[in-house]
Amino acid sequence: MSELVIDGVGRTFPGVRGGKPTTALQPTSLTVPENDFVSILGPSGCGKSTLLRIVAGLDHPSVGKVVLDGREIRGPGPDRGMVFQSYTLFPWLTVEDNIGFGLREKGVPENERREIVADYIDRVGLHGFERHWPKQLSGGMQQRTAIARALANNPKILLLDEPFGALDNQTRGLMQEMLLGIWEREHKMVLFVTHDIEEAIFVASRVVTMSARPGRVKSIIPVDLPYPRHYTIKSSPEFSALRSQLTEEIRSEAILAAQEQ
Amino acid sequence: MFRPFQPVGYGTRVLLGVGFFVFFVAFWSLATFGGFVSRTFLADPLTMVADGWYLLSQRGFLYDIAMTVWRVVGGFAIAALIAVPIGIAMGTYKPIEAMLEPFVSFARYLPASAFVPLLILWAGIGETQKLLVIFIGAFFQIILMVAGSVGNTRRDLVEAAYTLGATDRGIVRRVLMPANAPDIAESLRLVLGWAWTYVIVAELIGASSGIGYMIINSQALMATGQIIFGIIVIGIIGLISDALFKAVNQWLFSWRLA
Repeated sequence: MSELVIDGVGRTFPGVRGGKPTTALQPTSLTVPENDFVSILGPSGCGKSTLLRIVAGLDHPSVGKVVLDGREIRGPGPDRGMVFQSYTLFPWLTVEDNIGFGLREKGVPENERREIVADYIDRVGLHGFERHWPKQLSGGMQQRTAIARALANNPKILLLDEPFGALDNQTRGLMQEMLLGIWEREHKMVLFVTHDIEEAIFVASRVVTMSARPGRVKSIIPVDLPYPRHYTIKSSPEFSALRSQLTEEIRSEAILAAQEQ
Repeated sequence: MFRPFQPVGYGTRVLLGVGFFVFFVAFWSLATFGGFVSRTFLADPLTMVADGWYLLSQRGFLYDIAMTVWRVVGGFAIAALIAVPIGIAMGTYKPIEAMLEPFVSFARYLPASAFVPLLILWAGIGETQKLLVIFIGAFFQIILMVAGSVGNTRRDLVEAAYTLGATDRGIVRRVLMPANAPDIAESLRLVLGWAWTYVIVAELIGASSGIGYMIINSQALMATGQIIFGIIVIGIIGLISDALFKAVNQWLFSWRLA
């Protein structure tokens, strides 16, 4: 049974040129059981990306620890796949070589690698684009490739750092459905960082809201909407109720954050 | 027509490019044939062409050209083979950078031409000395330029590779090297251009063949037509090698232009 435990994790960045140190994240605890899809929602500067980077092992906590399946995380690894907000496909590799990057690094034989890559090309709907360079793809296609690249490694947990943040609204909606479709079949742990309330509700089974500066967990709200979810659910009364509730939660934080700046 | 970044058609581009060459030669002809400049100091274009033909057909100038090309390419290739790995190591590993960067920055300002007398004492006036001049001129420049490119690799690509399970060695081989290969090739193209300057300087002193040797000999004969022909040959070879380098880079790194 897989489980991610974030145990009192906080992060303080040292002051720049003798300035005061900045607390990006106050000690935060959160447990993510197997198959859980958690959205982390908060205004910018609430430390949600910092938290995700610590789980990925790209940043170190100042206090506390992150434990995945009983093992403390000390650095990045293929058991935690990550999709970034910026487009991070390797521009010198084709779509299929990008997706196969982690497998090659693991030493998976070529035949097997091809099969896995073809499977994920299918799942993210990139048929016919296997040999394209990332530059030739739209933003949405690049992020689909990035999701496939992270999943092809078969990680225990998928970390998504505002992956659809730079996409237009329509593409974003389709990407949410695609992501949800993949999760409904694969059932991995997912941590999904976003500042979009609707997005946070639509994909997740729980929404964690965070307060701003310094960041900490404000509330954890379960999303009791049935799976599989259809996009029409966004106009249901239950969805609207959740949206109003979360809007209130986040609004007060956003006002505070705006005042501080 | 003169809007910033307004593109220009292919035909117009060629016309303008060739046109300026024509303008240049016309100006030169006017200065010489018009008697504004003494023939003793500046040959006219026709004398230059005649001198060039004389050099090629009677004096075996092709051999000199070949010698010069081989010296440039040889010295440059040796420098690149050693300097590129050092540059990659320097850009990747901060302790290596801390150790080598100050010295290399100092060494790159040492003019290669100033080493010529010293290198003649050390290595004589043979080929080794010529190659060493090119080597010194190119080596430190390549190291710094490669280290600079590698040091500026997009951090998010490195992070993405780490989250995909790349080892430290994998980061160097499968991210830093391919990501910077086009920039490294571009740096090599620039340095190769500079290497042409060094080779001529090396040949002006203590050589018995090469374009520079012909130029210094022609000076003694007041054969300005030959000197100008030699200089133009260097320009043409530079143009050709640059075009070849560019074509190879575009073919190798098509992902950048896609």
